[in-house]
Amino acid sequence: MDFVSTREESKELIESVLADAAKYDSDKDFTKQATGKILGTLFFEPSTRTQFSFQCAMERLGGSVVGFSSIAGTSVKKGESLLDTVRMFGGYVDAIAMRHSLEGSSKLASEVSPVPIINAGDGSHDHPTQSLLDLYTIRKSLGDFNNLRIGICGDLRYGRTGRPLSIALSNWDVNITYISPPALSMDRGTVRYLKGKGMDVREVVKLDDAIEELDVLYMTRIQRERFPSEEDYKKYAGAYVVDGGLMDKANENMILMHPLPRIDEIRPEVDNDPRAKYFEQAKNGIPTRMAVIMKALFE
Amino acid sequence: MDKTLKVQKIEEGTVIDHIEGGKAWEVIKLLGLDDYPATVTVLSRVNSKSKGKKDIIKIEGSELDKDDLDRVALVSPHASVNVIAGCGIKKKYNVEIPDSVKGILKCTNPNCVTHSEAVLGQFKVESKDPLRLRCIYCERAQNGLEFK
Repeated sequence: MDFVSTREESKELIESVLADAAKYDSDKDFTKQATGKILGTLFFEPSTRTQFSFQCAMERLGGSVVGFSSIAGTSVKKGESLLDTVRMFGGYVDAIAMRHSLEGSSKLASEVSPVPIINAGDGSHDHPTQSLLDLYTIRKSLGDFNNLRIGICGDLRYGRTGRPLSIALSNWDVNITYISPPALSMDRGTVRYLKGKGMDVREVVKLDDAIEELDVLYMTRIQRERFPSEEDYKKYAGAYVVDGGLMDKANENMILMHPLPRIDEIRPEVDNDPRAKYFEQAKNGIPTRMAVIMKALFE
Repeated sequence: MDKTLKVQKIEEGTVIDHIEGGKAWEVIKLLGLDDYPATVTVLSRVNSKSKGKKDIIKIEGSELDKDDLDRVALVSPHASVNVIAGCGIKKKYNVEIPDSVKGILKCTNPNCVTHSEAVLGQFKVESKDPLRLRCIYCERAQNGLEFK
């Protein structure tokens, strides 16, 4: 099966991935289930966590990985189309994890690929396995999703994690608070979609206005590469910073998450706070992606 | 001598009636009728009993296909079509906004993959009134209509 769109994932599928991830997380005997299988990692854009966690997940499952981490040295550089590259790789491997700057690229790839496609990020549109590992981290730390108050802060317009996480969470009864400058706010279409699913959505500009009531604070990076100029970037970078003082105001059971990499938005002094879950969150990418790869290969 | 030019009936062809007032020119362009080699008659902003002002297009010698009807429906969802044969109405029906639209619109998201790869734009119609479409690839709600 393909994993190209968070919007198309049913609650049952998400629950099944989370349950499988918990098994892979706790019991190392589940390894070696993909022996002899090959995962193609087609990263048209650079990535650290996503690409290497896919690689580690596949190797823990006993399979192997081939692919590229930028278009330099590939036929794409010579002008080969995305679809031809996918068709070609699809003849070599058993599943493809793909990152591309164009939105909808994974969905399109899934229409021509002879093997399952896993969307590893397509522009600002979606990043389904990130959302799944985010959900897994919340489930592992706080249990039930229902009635949680979740704040998503930072660059919500250009970031690729806040939107799909919100859409995945809309399968449960949660409250979302978006915290961003107006110029980087969540797009109206997504807000309308979430409200249409009965979700309680609030939007604020200041982190201070939301911090005390949150069960989860999900920070995101202001992405330099999404801005047309350095001037535009500097205008917003550093607008939201989590430090010891802010954490003092937060609920004692609140968890602090971040898809990483962070720049200035979480001070290093917070790293030792037991509520800081971002490194554990990154680690959770392995069992979650093991679960996704197995479903892609065998379901 | 009476110099009034009357709009004559067509013998064979199609009449698109009840087009929203002033939208006929857009329909002409979308159906490629500006290059059509036979007679096309346009009546713009004529009085309508039910719709205030309406436009009418008469096309000599041509019927509309599904693609044409989808285009008309997206621009003017209350339009009706009369198929004419032997100066009489052979068939009459209303256009209908389809549940999905393929190949006639471009995605309004400039970063959508459909602008770079050889693929037809495809959209799910989420609401017909008001009209709301979503690209099936980038999943963005469309900000207006951009015809190919």
